[in-house]
Amino acid sequence: MIERVTEIQKQAEAEIAAASSSAALEELRVQYLGRKAELPQLLRDVAQLPPEQRGEAGRTANQARQTLEVMIETAAARFEADELSAALADDNVDITLPGSPAESCGHHHLLTATRREIEDVFCGLGYSVVEGPEVETVHYNFDALNHDPAHPARARSDTFYIEGGGEGSEQTLLRTHTSPMQIRIMEQTPPPIALIVPGRVFRRDSDATHTPQFHQIEGLLVDEGVTLADLKGTLLAFARAIFGADRELRLRPHFFPFTEPSVEVDVSCFMCEKGATSGGERCSLCKGTGWLEVLGSGMVDPNVFAAVSEHGYDPDTHQGFAFGLGIERIAMLKHGVPDLRFFYENDLRFLRQFG
Amino acid sequence: MRVPIDWLSEYVEIELTPVELSERLAMTGTEVARVLHHGPLSADNFVVGKVLSAEQHPDADRLRVCSVDTGDSEPRTIVCGAPNVAAGQTVSVALPGAVMPDGTKLGEAKLRGIKSSGMILAEDELGIGGEHDGIMVLTDDLAAGTPLAGVFAVSSDVLEPELTPNRGDCGGLYGIARELHAATGAALSAPPWSDDPGASTLGSAPAGISVTVDDAALCPRFTARIFENVTVGRSPIWLKARLAAAGQRSISNVVDITNYVMLVSGHPLHAFDLDRIAGGELTVRAARDGEKLTTLDGEERTLDGDICLIADADGPTSLAGVMGGSRSEVSDQTTSVLLEVAVWDGANINRTSTRLGLRSEASSRFEKGLSPEGALEAQAMASALMLELTGATLVDGTLDVGGDGPAANVIRLRDARIISLLGTPIARERSQAILEALGFTVTAADDGLDVTVPHWRRDDVTREADLIEEVARINGLESLPATLPLNRTGRAGGLSHQQRLVRRAEDVLVGRGLCEIVGWSFADPQICDRLLLDDDHPLRALVVIENPMSSAQSVMRPSILPSLLDAAAYNMARGAEGCALFESGSVYRAGRGDDGMAASEHHGLGAIVTGPVREPSWADAQPPAARIETAHALVSSVLGALGVDWQVEDGELPFLHPGRTAMIRTAEGLLGWFGEVHPAVAASWEITQPIAALAIDIGRAAAQAPSHSIFTDLTSFPPLREDLAVIVPAAVTAASVVACVTAAGSPLVSRAEVFDVYSGEQVGEGRVSLALHVDYSAGDRTLSDEDVAPLREKIVAALKVELDGELRG
Ligand SMILES: [Zn+2]
Repeated sequence: MIERVTEIQKQAEAEIAAASSSAALEELRVQYLGRKAELPQLLRDVAQLPPEQRGEAGRTANQARQTLEVMIETAAARFEADELSAALADDNVDITLPGSPAESCGHHHLLTATRREIEDVFCGLGYSVVEGPEVETVHYNFDALNHDPAHPARARSDTFYIEGGGEGSEQTLLRTHTSPMQIRIMEQTPPPIALIVPGRVFRRDSDATHTPQFHQIEGLLVDEGVTLADLKGTLLAFARAIFGADRELRLRPHFFPFTEPSVEVDVSCFMCEKGATSGGERCSLCKGTGWLEVLGSGMVDPNVFAAVSEHGYDPDTHQGFAFGLGIERIAMLKHGVPDLRFFYENDLRFLRQFG
Repeated sequence: MRVPIDWLSEYVEIELTPVELSERLAMTGTEVARVLHHGPLSADNFVVGKVLSAEQHPDADRLRVCSVDTGDSEPRTIVCGAPNVAAGQTVSVALPGAVMPDGTKLGEAKLRGIKSSGMILAEDELGIGGEHDGIMVLTDDLAAGTPLAGVFAVSSDVLEPELTPNRGDCGGLYGIARELHAATGAALSAPPWSDDPGASTLGSAPAGISVTVDDAALCPRFTARIFENVTVGRSPIWLKARLAAAGQRSISNVVDITNYVMLVSGHPLHAFDLDRIAGGELTVRAARDGEKLTTLDGEERTLDGDICLIADADGPTSLAGVMGGSRSEVSDQTTSVLLEVAVWDGANINRTSTRLGLRSEASSRFEKGLSPEGALEAQAMASALMLELTGATLVDGTLDVGGDGPAANVIRLRDARIISLLGTPIARERSQAILEALGFTVTAADDGLDVTVPHWRRDDVTREADLIEEVARINGLESLPATLPLNRTGRAGGLSHQQRLVRRAEDVLVGRGLCEIVGWSFADPQICDRLLLDDDHPLRALVVIENPMSSAQSVMRPSILPSLLDAAAYNMARGAEGCALFESGSVYRAGRGDDGMAASEHHGLGAIVTGPVREPSWADAQPPAARIETAHALVSSVLGALGVDWQVEDGELPFLHPGRTAMIRTAEGLLGWFGEVHPAVAASWEITQPIAALAIDIGRAAAQAPSHSIFTDLTSFPPLREDLAVIVPAAVTAASVVACVTAAGSPLVSRAEVFDVYSGEQVGEGRVSLALHVDYSAGDRTLSDEDVAPLREKIVAALKVELDGELRG
């Protein structure tokens, strides 16, 4: 009997190894391990053997059955995996069809995206962000900011005034810059302070390079011992964060009523080397100068501190710097937007390119 | 202002190119807007010629054939069309090879058969004056062949600096020369008013004129000199050429002298015909309301009480500091001239020129504030020219009302303060050299310098910080170190909680597929009618602009909705099937706001969605169109992200569909609305499909949001969930069913939410079936069916009693 078991096992092993599908395997399972198969029959017959033979015969037959079972299971698992792979390989689709449903992500307006980018730079430098009213008074917009009574910006040709809105310094207007918040903040917060003021401003100007509304970010840092060199370092950090790590800064003396000294700030052009493109042509972004004018700034004028001296600002001990930049201008430079018009047209074909 | 370099070089030695000059000026605080060129690009081949003979051309009536000595060995033949050419004249000649201002290069040409080798020039051919009434005739002392550039400015580069409002002293060429002297070290000539032919006349007034100044604040100084035996005529060519290069037209020698001196000194002058000053007396006074004056440009001007004028016995004769009047204008018949040089209040001149819409070379200089001392400088320079160019004699005496300005200010400039303001030192000797070059007087002090401010910087430099700016800008900021300040505010900086929430709200809408727009704050007042607002609707309280650029932009928007509709209409007119837009920005209402602000403004977040709620695609060919529930879902997303508890409430807004209007209410009040835009409003924007819209006062929403969330245990004891379908009368709202279920199932119902709505035959007419998910939970144990069963009965009973509801199926 043992010989017969060994013989069956050998034959079965060979056939299982040669099986080519899970169906063939199933047939072999029935043939060798099924209820009517010879090997189980032999196992059942072990009981009829003489007792001294039962042990070895039983073990041999049992082992043979187990061996075959494992072989079939292993082979079956392999066939199943192969067959699934084959079936999935056939079940394919055109992966180049667009995704669906087409719930595309929206976009921030480029002005918002740029504003946030700049805000984040200064937040990283420890500045707070504050916002202020767009309808302002002559006091905050001009007087407290040391504007001469004859300063041309006050003219009705330059500034929008509001009907029925007070007299003299209480007259209301649409703020022409974000600088009024310098005063409002200093009235509320004793030094030292470090903050930026983003917001919408208005000037009576409309041509290829001006829109009557636009957006600014004002910066103000006041403490004892703040220097013009600190202003340069701060703006250099800003310029490098926005326009690239290789940027350099150039300060040009200028005049603003509320800073002294005042400087205009140029950033080295990021499209060229000293005004010439890599092809040797005159750079169109900086018009060949190698510099891009980005903002105006300066050391806070002592007269501005004098306007808020009762709130802890002493023109003799406190120094600070202020700067104001145009968000439109930064966005145009950085993203190559050729015309201000695009910002307020709100054409989806423009909006979807940014943010 | 135009600064011809050729002329400028009379006052300062110029070795730099125009571009280098511009850069140097820019780096010291005076931007040069443009560099222009006046006249031909080169003065080569322009020479003095002597007309030896001028004969009639044999074949052309209007041409003369001239023989002209141009300094060559042989005279040359030049055919000339000018009627006034004659033998014996000294003229300007362009030789073959000369390049004319328009770029054409002169060659030899045959004119009606006769070869002409050169051209005798008229003024306009060199860009001097517009006249072409004949050739320029020069003085006879000039030798033939002399380069023309040695006679007058034939060709000059011209700078166009943009003066900052604080630098009234740079309104003249000499001021610019002084800047360049300080900025480049180039030698500066003595001021052109150093020799005053009238110096001996100072101190007493001339006979024949009396002047009264009513208001010294409006006219700090009034000076006048009288010239007799004046011959009014044409100016010499050198003067005309300089004025032309500076962009000024030549008028007559007397008027040209006033303009010339103004261009050099920066101080405007005015010449009166003395014989036309009625009564021989002038009064400086405020105009009377409605008083009229005809200015030199021929316009009759109506004045008001804030305008300052000069009057004689017959009334107003000149608009002080802005423009003379035609009545006392210098004419060809004038023989006696009163030369007035005054100083006017800058703010008043600015107001007058703005009020009258009249800006002149004079007003633009006076409004920057000029020094009283400058008036006599201009008198000195003009007097010399009057004597030289008009043959005049100076009447003894100089009228002077007001005199010099206040005594010069002396300011201490401390070395330590330079370091503390700039962050870098400047050597004391360097500071001294810079200040002296700019005309300041400097003496040594213990800790720095004592600096006396010259009269032309009196108003501009008044404090130590101003001196530091002077020193810093001329020294150059190129070498300034870049340092970062210590942040000693004690605050971490960054966005506030509310600012972060506003960003979050915007981000939610972007995530939901909306595009942000930036609309105009300006609106058309007709917006109220387009929004169907009643006459007394609060949104009609508009913030109105007094001086708008156009009526379409004459008020501030009272709502954020119109900007969104504008943008939607714009895009749909360009082929968009629909759009999903939002804006985050200010909305304005009239009246004092909180915090004493001049108007009530709030930060609005508005959105509209129209057309398919998402782009159709191959597997999603017909997405549903946006309706009120689209807006509702967006409100839920935004306020959900902020953690603000809110409820829907019935409401009425004129611009929304009356059956599809919902108000957003929180414990602290109304926060906004959502719904569908009224079809009539949509039609006014030419949109014919439903528009889902919402507006939230996002500033207030962010202020109401909790600062942070506190943990609730929702996982240890999961809720028991069951679905409930209830049939109620159609008028019963979903919210009332939810409220009824929640109240009846209290305290174990932790959530009840409608997930399906059905109406139709099976539920009966006038009734609707709502299916709800209901969660039961307790914080301390997992609930069993036995716990819930009695509650369910209570809920069913409550629905029956309160809402006439019955369980379905
Ligand atoms: Zn460039």
